[in-house]
Amino acid sequence: MSVLELQQVSFSYGAKTVFANCSLSFDSHERVALYAPSGRGKTTLCRLLAGYSKPQAGQVLLDGQPLPQMGPCPVQLIWQHPEQALDPLLRMQTSLQEAGPLEEDVLHRLGIKPEWLTRYPRELSGGEMQRFCIARALAVHPQFLIADEISTMLDALTQVQIWDFLCSYCDEHEVGLILVTHSQALQDRLATRVVNLDSL
Amino acid sequence: MDTQQHLSSVHTHEEAHHGHTHASVSHHAGGHHLLQVENLCVGFQMYETLPQQSSPAKGIACKEKQTKRFGFFSRTTTRQTMQWVIDHLSLSVHTGEILAVVGASGSGKTLLADAIMGLYDTNTCVEGVIYYDGVKQDASSLTALRGSEIAFVPQSVKSLDPLMKIGKQIGGDPARRAELFERYSLSTDVEGLYPFELSGGMARRVLLCTALMGNPRLIIADEPTPGLDLELAVQAMKDFRTFADEGKGVLLITHDIELALRVADRVAVFKDGTVVEETAVANFAAPHLLNHPFSRALWHALPEHDFSFEGEL
Amino acid sequence: MSRKHLFANEESALHEGNDASLQAASVQAATLSAQGFELPTVFHRPAVRRFNNRRQTKLICLVSAAILVAIALIGVLLMPVAMESDLSQARQAPSFEHPFGTDNLGHDMLIRTVAGLSTSIGIGLFAALVSSIIALILGTVAALGGKKADACITWLTDLMLGIPHIVFLLLISYALGKGFWGVALGVAFTHWPSLCRVIRAEVLQVKQSSYVAVARSLGRSPLYIALHHVLPAVLPQYLVGLILMFPHAILHEAAITFLGFGLPPEQPAIGIILSESMSYLSVGMWWLAVFPGLALLLVVLLFDRAGQGLRRLLDPARAQE
Repeated sequence: MSVLELQQVSFSYGAKTVFANCSLSFDSHERVALYAPSGRGKTTLCRLLAGYSKPQAGQVLLDGQPLPQMGPCPVQLIWQHPEQALDPLLRMQTSLQEAGPLEEDVLHRLGIKPEWLTRYPRELSGGEMQRFCIARALAVHPQFLIADEISTMLDALTQVQIWDFLCSYCDEHEVGLILVTHSQALQDRLATRVVNLDSL
Repeated sequence: MDTQQHLSSVHTHEEAHHGHTHASVSHHAGGHHLLQVENLCVGFQMYETLPQQSSPAKGIACKEKQTKRFGFFSRTTTRQTMQWVIDHLSLSVHTGEILAVVGASGSGKTLLADAIMGLYDTNTCVEGVIYYDGVKQDASSLTALRGSEIAFVPQSVKSLDPLMKIGKQIGGDPARRAELFERYSLSTDVEGLYPFELSGGMARRVLLCTALMGNPRLIIADEPTPGLDLELAVQAMKDFRTFADEGKGVLLITHDIELALRVADRVAVFKDGTVVEETAVANFAAPHLLNHPFSRALWHALPEHDFSFEGEL
Repeated sequence: MSRKHLFANEESALHEGNDASLQAASVQAATLSAQGFELPTVFHRPAVRRFNNRRQTKLICLVSAAILVAIALIGVLLMPVAMESDLSQARQAPSFEHPFGTDNLGHDMLIRTVAGLSTSIGIGLFAALVSSIIALILGTVAALGGKKADACITWLTDLMLGIPHIVFLLLISYALGKGFWGVALGVAFTHWPSLCRVIRAEVLQVKQSSYVAVARSLGRSPLYIALHHVLPAVLPQYLVGLILMFPHAILHEAAITFLGFGLPPEQPAIGIILSESMSYLSVGMWWLAVFPGLALLLVVLLFDRAGQGLRRLLDPARAQE
């Protein structure tokens, strides 16, 4: 079991403070849902947790250690807009290879069709691209997975399929899942704990 | 019977006519078809990259090898095939009605909007019959209708011109614009901003204002709500409702079934490039009222219901 | 029989190049309408081509490149012949024997033009390549190398753009002792700044993109990212820059040679030929300027075609056109 924590983290964009002295911890057995009104800093928090940006004060610790600087990050973020997270000039198979070898059945379980592999991102739909982004994040065997509103652009069926897979994968591999969502129904369905960012 | 005459004539609450069905409870005021699409087919001419391969697990490894074998000038890499994405699709929007088209994302819903708006990529093939207000349309007449009679709310917020200030882009009467801005809680400063200065939700609202600005009789909205929080999304939906109640029509293309059910009169369930079922919103109350297995699967998949797969796909 | 199948028939007819089956398809369509079926309106169709676009583009690319290489090679072989003068044949108008005419010293202008083009292609290619590589390196370093590097390179770029480059070009060419190398290096060292700016902006944009952030998070090294994400993204800009620089380089070569700071007068080069022709135009020897000028235009256009085609093939956004 591993623990991801924010220790007295502060972050601001210029004069606008997003977090002041904020502490929060997650462990890899839980599925935590984060919610807050738009503009409260959900995406900023995700970026801090996955090591995309550094807090101005305080630390982000994984099992008591700062996130590694080199090599794949054990906290992987799945972006809200998959089309931005994929290089438009690379075919999907090339983008996937970037993360390293995949487990045999991940593509199949995510419902990725073989013919999508040779396509460019612009030839796929949002849901199809999002599946690739998830597969790519899982290929580095992360300890935590952060899903930043990954299903707002997806239809109900794709949503079910993706969440179904993510939940069972996270249970099998003891990966902590942190999901950001507006949807009350999704929070009720998926999360073992719900955190309101406004209460921090 | 002369189709044109029939289409523009009043007809009673029949549930099936002109090749489509709908429940008798739908808004069907004069029974007049504002937009009627029959047997629409949209296809793409694509270059075949590689021959189709079998198992997905092995997929990556074997494909890599094959790519190398295909030379720059090989015949195989340049063969073109036609891929049909929309296949004999029929639907209709009556006056005073909101028709929601729901279905899987990536199933070609956006192409449907583009086809009706007369926006075509060079490699597309679009054919079928489209009536607007009882008049059969062709490519050039559709282009003429675009913007004046039919307004479009595009899916991508990138559809705004990045080099033009918002106020100028929306155009039209300033008083009307101020009114719309107030309605969507956009401050008047927004008029002086460039698209890159807007948040996703703001850009979405600007797109809505642009569509409502002119005096269209039909709005085609392609996923108008992602990025809006619930309150604003509901506001947008209510505006569509008001718009439709004035005797106009809305074609709402969305994957957000829950939201669509709040305002729409009828729902067209879209699957594999065609409409498998056009049904009244009331029928979404319970799965047994829905006819097609796919509609039922959608119902079960909603987080508010079972959040699971059921039935065949 | 659905409309879709009708179209499929026409498609296969096209692929097989078989007019009979194309006719069969239209006959079917006519029968259908006679039977009272309402024929669908065709709103849009891809342009019909016997060769598809991608193949055609590849062909154009290859042919243009081949012609350029052929001109360059033949020119090199003809170089000694182009230097030979035969005063008995001097000042002849274009004829079967001398299609481009002859000049004051009896050089055959066709041979001299081809040899001249060869020199110009050499200088143009060399200068454009060196210059674009300088631009690529400086642009990338400015974007990725931190604030100080960026400040230095941006300053240098602005400085270079501030000086009229024909002056700078003359100085470099003169300092390097004129001739082929003087001209080539002069052009190469003066033409990088504008492309450098474009590449810097392009690299900055890619650097800030989400997919680069993701690649970093997946543990990819900066070198990997530069090779797999940044380079492919700037390649189209680079190619356009290279293409635009080539004619520029040739014309500059012609210009400074014309001003007397470039190639020696005995060497056949388009610049020399054009500048020499100036003194004979007034006596009616139009062929001295017209044919070499047209030939230069042709070469520049060919290069442009090859470059544009390559760009189209590399751009996935236009892959299906």
